Amino acid sequence: MKKLVIYLFTIIFLLKGSPIFSYSSNPKDFINELVNEAISYLSDKNLSKDQKALLIEKIAIDNVDINALGLYTLGELRKSASQSDIKNYQETFEKYFLKSLTSRLTEYSSSKFEILGENKKSSNYTIVNSKVIPEDDSPEIKIDWRVFTQNPDKPLIRDLIVEGLSLARTQKEEFASILSSNNNDINILISKLNEFVNN
Amino acid sequence: MQAMKSLKHLTILIALIVVFKTPNVKSASECFEGASRAIFKFNMVVDDIILEPLAKGYNKLPSPIKIGTSNFTSNVSTLLSIPNNILQGNFEQLGHSIGSFAINSTVGILGFLNPAEKMGFKSNKEDVGQTLGSYGIETGCYYVLPILGPTTVRDTVGLIADTFVDPFAHVTIREHELLSSSGNALDYYAVKGTTAIDFRADNDKNFESLEKNSIDLYSALKSIYLQDRENKIKNSIIDEDEWGSLDN
Repeated sequence: MKKLVIYLFTIIFLLKGSPIFSYSSNPKDFINELVNEAISYLSDKNLSKDQKALLIEKIAIDNVDINALGLYTLGELRKSASQSDIKNYQETFEKYFLKSLTSRLTEYSSSKFEILGENKKSSNYTIVNSKVIPEDDSPEIKIDWRVFTQNPDKPLIRDLIVEGLSLARTQKEEFASILSSNNNDINILISKLNEFVNN
Repeated sequence: MQAMKSLKHLTILIALIVVFKTPNVKSASECFEGASRAIFKFNMVVDDIILEPLAKGYNKLPSPIKIGTSNFTSNVSTLLSIPNNILQGNFEQLGHSIGSFAINSTVGILGFLNPAEKMGFKSNKEDVGQTLGSYGIETGCYYVLPILGPTTVRDTVGLIADTFVDPFAHVTIREHELLSSSGNALDYYAVKGTTAIDFRADNDKNFESLEKNSIDLYSALKSIYLQDRENKIKNSIIDEDEWGSLDN
């Protein structure tokens, strides 16, 4: 019952559309504000793990281009699969992405975040360079953010490149391997994603 | 006699390069995926039983010991970078490697400290696999080696060649004298083993997260390995531009 009340409280808080979720449209400031917001939740000792997960999910839904990421990770199959299969895949991919994201962040230990610069690649993309400095002895981590800027008023994150390793590309190649060993059957991929979500 | 032996090795190396020079492929194809997946499973068991517990124990060591060990192994691996910087014609990096090794081995007390970095010397790690890549030789197919992990044909050739160009391997495995000192094969494998534990310990959380969040860990690690090698060959971060086609 207590858990339910906490959930309801968090959902109401989120639905109120608090201004904390409104970020700058400049890619560099957008990433800086968003990450610092996320860090403040993750390091808040008054929030439970479930509350943190909900808040992070909300930030991701609003600021990550999950649909485009889903299509990208599907590779060439996105051009030949049927609309209904794509729709089904996109819905499952979103659940998979959010579960995977919140699961990765539960291990969060306090760190400092610093923006190093930005590189406008085209009118659609800006790469924002940053680094995370852990407060323990771990080495600092360079993270580049691929920000989609087609709508200059609403930038969206499409990829994270951690120490030169693109998470989107890794995901795409992981999915490609599953597809190629299953006759490019999108439904097998969807069922594997569902398996992950339901475990 | 020694010269003849070296010439023979060089000929074998060149022959391997010619044999395995493959057409341009974006992502390495598999050599024998079934066997590689079986070896990967074996490696994961070895990791669970040996490497992971060692890495977790290593992470509990006092910070100065961990940092000192990491600096020491990193300084030794700079020796391999020196001939590879020459082979790549990268003389700016060569200066960094020589400066870094000289300063850290002396002022840095045999490499346990890293004063060179504070003085602006930053040595990139270079091996023969990277050198071959910089010559335009493609990866060849991908497979997994027992214990040693992911590799490609090019990187396996590089791995063997490393032991011929690495001054540390000459002083240890071949027991040649350098500046009146030499070691033995055990020293070589001890340093390589410690480097592996240090790497595993540094990435302990990342491995756990990847294991937990992958639906096909074998493929995720393959992708990470190939991206990392590409970045190291180019000495910069690769820019995947396939996103562009998504917006058309």
